[in-house]
Amino acid sequence: MRAPLSWLKEFVAIPESVGAQVIADSFIRVGFEVEEIVYQGRDLTGPLVIGKVLSIEEITGQKKPIRFVGLNCGQGHTRFVICGATNFVVGDLVVVALPGAVLPGGFAISARETYGKTSDGLICSSRELALSDEHAGIIVLPHGQGAIGDNAIELLSINDVIFDIAINPDRGYALSIRGLAREIAGALNLSYSDPVNALRLLKLTDTGKGLKPVLKDGGSVFYLRTLSNYNPQSTTPLWMKRRIEKMGMRSISLAVDITNYVMLELGQPLHAFDTKKISGDLTIGHVSKAQKFTTLDGQEREINGEDLMVMDGKHPLALAGTMGGLDSQITDATRDIAVEAVRFDPGAIAKNSRRHKISSEASRRFERSVDSSLAEFASARCAQLLIELGGATHVQSLSAGKPIYADVVKVNPAYISRTLGMEITPATVKKVLTTMGCDVASDFSIDPPSWRWDLTEPADFVEEVARMIGYDKIPSILPPRPKHARLTPTQKRRRAIAASLAAQGLSEVQTFPFTSEAIIESMGYTGERASTYRLANPMSQDFPVLRTHLLPGLLQVAARNIGRGAKDIAIFEIGSIFRNSQKLLPAISPSLDTRPNQRVIQEIFASVPVQHLHLAAILAGKVEGESWRGKARSFDLHDAIAHVERILELSNLGFKLERSEFAPWHPGRCVEFIVDGRPVAHAGELHPRVLTQFALPARAVAFVINLEALPQTPMVAASSVVSMPPAIQDVALIVDITVPARDVEAALREGAGELLESIVLFDRYEKIGDAKVSLAFTLTFRSAERTLTGDEVSVMREAATARALELCGAVVRTA
Amino acid sequence: MHDDEVAVWVSNAAKAFKAAKDLDQLKSARLAHAGDKSPLALASRGLGALSPDEKARFGKIVGDAKAAIASALASVTTELEAARDSKILLEEIVDVTLPSNRLHRGGLHPISIMMNEISDFFIEQGFTVEEGPEMESGWLNFDALNMPADHPARTVQDTFFLEPVESGIVLRTQTSPVQIRTMLTSQPPIYIISPGRTFRADELDATHSPVFHQVEGLVIDREITMAHLKGTLDHFAQAMFGPDVTTRLRPSFFPFTEPSAEVDVFFNNRWIEWGGCGMVNPKVLTTCGIDIEIYSGFAFGMGIERTLMVRHGLTDMHDIVEGDLRFTRQFGVGL
Repeated sequence: MRAPLSWLKEFVAIPESVGAQVIADSFIRVGFEVEEIVYQGRDLTGPLVIGKVLSIEEITGQKKPIRFVGLNCGQGHTRFVICGATNFVVGDLVVVALPGAVLPGGFAISARETYGKTSDGLICSSRELALSDEHAGIIVLPHGQGAIGDNAIELLSINDVIFDIAINPDRGYALSIRGLAREIAGALNLSYSDPVNALRLLKLTDTGKGLKPVLKDGGSVFYLRTLSNYNPQSTTPLWMKRRIEKMGMRSISLAVDITNYVMLELGQPLHAFDTKKISGDLTIGHVSKAQKFTTLDGQEREINGEDLMVMDGKHPLALAGTMGGLDSQITDATRDIAVEAVRFDPGAIAKNSRRHKISSEASRRFERSVDSSLAEFASARCAQLLIELGGATHVQSLSAGKPIYADVVKVNPAYISRTLGMEITPATVKKVLTTMGCDVASDFSIDPPSWRWDLTEPADFVEEVARMIGYDKIPSILPPRPKHARLTPTQKRRRAIAASLAAQGLSEVQTFPFTSEAIIESMGYTGERASTYRLANPMSQDFPVLRTHLLPGLLQVAARNIGRGAKDIAIFEIGSIFRNSQKLLPAISPSLDTRPNQRVIQEIFASVPVQHLHLAAILAGKVEGESWRGKARSFDLHDAIAHVERILELSNLGFKLERSEFAPWHPGRCVEFIVDGRPVAHAGELHPRVLTQFALPARAVAFVINLEALPQTPMVAASSVVSMPPAIQDVALIVDITVPARDVEAALREGAGELLESIVLFDRYEKIGDAKVSLAFTLTFRSAERTLTGDEVSVMREAATARALELCGAVVRTA
Repeated sequence: MHDDEVAVWVSNAAKAFKAAKDLDQLKSARLAHAGDKSPLALASRGLGALSPDEKARFGKIVGDAKAAIASALASVTTELEAARDSKILLEEIVDVTLPSNRLHRGGLHPISIMMNEISDFFIEQGFTVEEGPEMESGWLNFDALNMPADHPARTVQDTFFLEPVESGIVLRTQTSPVQIRTMLTSQPPIYIISPGRTFRADELDATHSPVFHQVEGLVIDREITMAHLKGTLDHFAQAMFGPDVTTRLRPSFFPFTEPSAEVDVFFNNRWIEWGGCGMVNPKVLTTCGIDIEIYSGFAFGMGIERTLMVRHGLTDMHDIVEGDLRFTRQFGVGL
């Protein structure tokens, strides 16, 4: 919403001493965000005068039409100027920048030679003067306005300050000069005169029979004023045209300009119909059957019983409160006009606007609630201007329905102080609310003004008082803080894991959770890992579903990095995945007036599918940088597995692992980690097909951990450190190559007994033939009480190897 | 054993030590003249066989001799060590500035770092960190926040809806549903923040992303006022932008707060729009079953990306969402 200072001053006595920045700051202080201050005319210097076109000489032989124009600028001689526009004739009054003038953009005007003539000035378009974007032709004054030699800067009231203000959705009343003037008057503590006051006294005498308004639905009050004898030749006066331009709209015709002007001034959208195109009463309601309807913008639309329409006895005429119809609009032959002013229900217009995707000046205002009393006064103002400026005669004004007003609200002034945390006297509360148009009774029953539909609860009045006093007056105090808070163990663990990965050279990335079925399928996911939820309105049809796994996103990031020249990739992401674990049922929407019962709350919670938090990583390329210290090896599956092991160890979790054939990993090179009998993680080499798809280096590896599946660990019951010396024994065993080393290790551990402190596989040798492999372990024994003797340790070692033979067929290797 | 004999041992030892050219030779000399098999050690062992008188006399002689030899050894050791340090170790100079670390540089995403930083600040203030699902019930994301189906504020947010649309399930447009969940499942006093990922159907450009992050705060307690909101925000702003920043509240509109405000911070000589806040609308408290006669509260919300971009001078959202390693590696594990 724009607001020219010159227009605000019509209703508020703003002294010259109050600068534009102070006004803008005051708007901001009371909750109106000034997005821009336009200083119109600041970079324009005259002389800029009105000249009369005396002669036109067409200069031929050019690529575009060029005119050599003789002008009377009131200086006693004819001034000749070259002009590229053609929208004027001899006798027209135009705006001429004389040599010495400087136009916006630093364009200095001087006499110059062009097209073989001397051009002694410039005939200006609106855009050249930065008045509007209009540049189809030069400015031609309406007949009867302006005179030769007039100062055009004054005549066009060019010098002005225009505030461009963002209006919050609860403040529909501020989508008008009337509303903004009241706000700035309140903010600056200046006197304000309401333009509606004068309209209350306006008398329009009936001279005949007018159209009858019928309000069936969708609004509370409908005024319909019928006028005749309108002169279609009449033109919009300069002052009105310029105001409309300053508001960022275009002047169209006097009748349309008047409806727009009144809307901008007061905030009530109006619609003017050509009475001759209406048969019967003018009715607001719903059509009985679906049909086609063409709106003013030339678009044919499908309408049905859902849409609120303005209709006559035969046809729909307008999409109510949103956009008029093409067939009933005012034309340059219209002499009989019906002015419609309705207080529509905001919801009905919001629905019209949403269904047909039209956001018009009218719908924006109606959706945000219009002053209930304005239908009467704004339509009167419109009729007044049509009579004054267009020579129209008032025929008859009729109305249907009654305005409805917001309820009286009882507010305890102490509640206001209590909410704001500062003492505000009842007298101050009363003064502020009265300034805002409320009637405040002695018991603080507050009757909000007809334009304040947002004031319905005591809290609304707290804001009203606070913003007028100034939010800056509220003190700054810390709340009484609770004694203690901390991260949950799960949150702490997540942080520690992320920090440890970062310390080990991995970079965290974040990817969008959008994917496609094709990507899910190409990964080889099946079952619940392939089943997801679909967005009704995706950003892109290429990614219409939610991810079921983090790896595809990471693969894309890895590929992007490689595409940008990176060679080695070590990245991870922690994020939610969305697997279709339950059907989405119709929404449960309990009343908001009270807390839903516990069963309903549980149903709402249960309607949201579980979304697990995963951690995934991809390692590709070299483990470390190639260096003067030597060649670097490539990442292999054991790097991925080791990361998961370290994370589980960091989390103090015991685990088992076994080989797993699991997409998108290499079927022979993937391990599944099991904690408390549940799979929690997978790690290994990615499937070659997937690596090819994303053009990643061969043998790239990945791991994924379902963080939600990692159980909480009980508090550690620590054992004391033993200071007795260790006894170390090495054993080498030969087993079938198919026996997992982990199984051999477990057997040794079991056989070795309680005094075994640790066991480490320190060598593995495959090349001994017969599909056998040699595994060498170091066994460390220690007793808490004494130094172990060589004999004792030998017995334990032999018990260990005996168990390994029994369980795994492992034979002790003799040298 | 004679006194003279002992004196010779001492002088031989001293000579041998002096003759040593380096620490290795000195070691051999030490073993010969002060080792287990040196004449003095043997003599020392023979003391046990002597009569008490002789034992006392020769004991002292042997003791003195040992001390003299040790002293001679110490002084030569010091000399030779000094010689080694000044010559030989200097010959072992290497280029210690050669690059040592070969590990790739890792780091946390700056969004994570900032969320951790914000969480730490609020934990210190006694707030807990609450989380909730990203796919969320529309009733929790909108209705319970005083945004029923036909509310104009609901249409301004470009919401991602899940199919079927009748389910009302959305990708949460704000982390506010976490506030509702908390109020529905626990009793005041409530002091929480809810950092997390949020979604709006905005095209990705330099300053917008369809996927972004917010942190919201909620306090519900007895006698909570707007002054407490200001105090909390001032503190928070100073923690984020430095001790000298000032904040400004501007009246605004959010359905879930009344009064509502935008909070700006004055940073790098200009006012930056930072977030929204207000006193929790009594309608919201009522929907959540909190007695508005006893309790009041405030809430606020900020964009993490915005905070990051303002504070660190980032100009392009693409850097935050694309996952380029060169971007993340700038940050390490702290900002």
